[in-house]
Amino acid sequence: MRKVATALLAAAALTLSFAADAAAKGKIVGVSWSNFQEERWKTDEAAIKAAIAAAGGTYISADAQSSVQKQLTDIESLIAQGANALIVLAQDSSAIAPAVRKAVDEGIPVIGYDRLIENPNAFYITFDNKEVGRMQARAVFAVKATGNYAFIKGSSADPNADLLFAGQTEVLKDAIDAGRIKNAGEAYTDGWLPANAQKNMEQILTKNNNKIDAVVASNDGTAGGAIAALAAQGMAGAVPVSGQDGDHAALNRVALGTQTVSVWKDARALGNKAAEIALLLADGKTMSEVPGAVKFSGGPRKVEMNSLFLTPVPITKNNLDVVIDAGWIRKEEVCQGVKPGTVKVCG
Amino acid sequence: MTVLARFVKATEIDVRLLGMVGALLLIWIAFHVLSGGLFLTPRNLWNLSVQSSSVAIMATGMVLVIVTRNIDLSIGSMLGFLGMVMGVIQTDLIPKFLGFEHPATWILTLAAGLVLGVVLGAFQGFVIAYLGIPAFIVTLGGLLVWRGAAWWVTSGQTVAPLDDTFKLMGGGPEGAIGAAWSWVAGVTACLAIVLLLAHRRSRRKAVRFPLRPMAAEVFLGGIACASILGAVEITNAYPWPIGAVRRYAEAHHVTLPDGGLFIAHGIAIPVLIAIGVGVAMTFLSTRTRFGRYVYAIGGNPEAAELAGVNTRWVIMKIFMLMGLLAAIAGAVSIARLDAATNSEGTLAELLVIAAAVIGGTSLSGGIGTVAGAMLGAVLMQSLQSGMVLLGVDTPLQSIVVGAVLVIAVGLDTVYRHKAQ
Repeated sequence: MRKVATALLAAAALTLSFAADAAAKGKIVGVSWSNFQEERWKTDEAAIKAAIAAAGGTYISADAQSSVQKQLTDIESLIAQGANALIVLAQDSSAIAPAVRKAVDEGIPVIGYDRLIENPNAFYITFDNKEVGRMQARAVFAVKATGNYAFIKGSSADPNADLLFAGQTEVLKDAIDAGRIKNAGEAYTDGWLPANAQKNMEQILTKNNNKIDAVVASNDGTAGGAIAALAAQGMAGAVPVSGQDGDHAALNRVALGTQTVSVWKDARALGNKAAEIALLLADGKTMSEVPGAVKFSGGPRKVEMNSLFLTPVPITKNNLDVVIDAGWIRKEEVCQGVKPGTVKVCG
Repeated sequence: MTVLARFVKATEIDVRLLGMVGALLLIWIAFHVLSGGLFLTPRNLWNLSVQSSSVAIMATGMVLVIVTRNIDLSIGSMLGFLGMVMGVIQTDLIPKFLGFEHPATWILTLAAGLVLGVVLGAFQGFVIAYLGIPAFIVTLGGLLVWRGAAWWVTSGQTVAPLDDTFKLMGGGPEGAIGAAWSWVAGVTACLAIVLLLAHRRSRRKAVRFPLRPMAAEVFLGGIACASILGAVEITNAYPWPIGAVRRYAEAHHVTLPDGGLFIAHGIAIPVLIAIGVGVAMTFLSTRTRFGRYVYAIGGNPEAAELAGVNTRWVIMKIFMLMGLLAAIAGAVSIARLDAATNSEGTLAELLVIAAAVIGGTSLSGGIGTVAGAMLGAVLMQSLQSGMVLLGVDTPLQSIVVGAVLVIAVGLDTVYRHKAQ
């Protein structure tokens, strides 16, 4: 069922991209997306498109719809369409290897976009996820430097969840060792589902008889679940809670004071940078010549690669203007239900 | 036959159901001991009841679906889609005309959600019953379609916060009916059961059916009343947390006494909704013509059709009912989270099917009870909540829940072979 649908859509995508190919002039950048189901990739796509168009290049793309197999054929078809550089958002970081090898053999530079592709011939661009974890812990720590901490981790199937948790514990390690902070409960959130985070938070609160002083949640969805659990105990707003992604609902909670921080990764900056690098590499520059490139070997297999890490921005009550000015969210959405005089940007 | 076995037979209680209750109590006691006395507390039991309600609501309908040898894989996605639609209606659509926090918002939203749920269910039911496409395929398609549709409603954006009145459907201190009303509800239910028992006895007498011994009747009524009133007592023993009490005191300009204020939670509204749904579905499946047809179709579809049952229309109605229940469960879950997310209800279809099956619904059709399915939902949630209390992480939780599912159905199969 699913396979048939995928095949049909693949055929459709192929015809569409051939049509785009006919108008190609200058450099062609092919982008292979893992799935458009998530809202944020549309933002990335717009940024990449704009950057390529500004440089006079052509944008071609394919969406793998969460299928590892489809992504392999997608990449082959992007190569066949004459892509001079590839940007790949890998559905599965290891299963993508044969397609990347093929591109490298053809002399086409590959950029691993946001998700690691562990191949020494690929370039890796992403936000520093460990830094996201550090920022989350720092923001919560700034509000509550002692007491019982609860950790609402991400999905156990997502390596990022552990990376985030590693960053969080790194910041809090000294305080934990000194006994000032106690890990009062931690739980993975199956599938990153807010409803699961809520249930886990309820159980952690029950276990500790509500003696929870701070919650380090790994993204805005799980933060929302944890805050709903806190609200049922009348504790929302009194307990600092972290998050990430800059979800509109979460930014509203930051303004309302129930969430402390949402670490925001500006997808447009990432897309923009990736397109720039793709064009540079297509022009024949080597990967180590990319401005700002560093050597990275922190992947599971410790392969050394060229990479660029963008720094995320922690959004708190005090710098909500950053997301508004960037056009990420409208002021009315941020300020809905906020009492006048409590938050600067809301007046 | 021993005295005990004879007595159980005289009460005409379903032994299977009794076994499930026993297993549930055993699990509860085990968790209570292992967690150092945290599980069987009013607070945890109250939470457990709220956490189970959404799956329990849908499980009541899944029983009928499975009894007629069909399956519905789409309800998790449908819940997500209906939840998103209800979220947008109350935060975006209605405020445009009536403004925020209008008293009618919740009912308009809920009504729209329920109607849409029935329409979606009717659509799937029509394709299954009248076009003859297997339910597995149609609802597998539905699983993909509605999940995609849930994303399209807001392009993946989470909708929050929700209307304050609507939120009451999700529980929390304000979303519970308080001590006095809980007693009213409990005593009413207790009286209803006594009246029902008396009514049935007189009906049996009138048509000269064998009667249950009086002792068995009294025992049944006594146990039912004791458990209902006991449950009310437990929900009333769970006080509002201090934060909520302070908020209440501020809002009502009451000065807090030194020792704080004891405000009882009482029965949570989502739990009341689930119980109401359970009672209605039990009535529907055992006391109406529709219900008899459902089990007749499940037992032998050809025979039912030859006997003049309009099987297609019955099947379509079952799926309409399923859509309605998905809407109710969707309202409860978004109200509880105070947000509508496009991932809401992911994998819920599997939990619901598992609840129905653990509760004794047979996948080969014809057998299954609403009460069993609801117990199944509580049992699964007990396992999950209990393991979080013990600090067991999700991968191991999944292993345990999966194993319990297979063991429960295995035991059931063995029991049925023996009973035959």
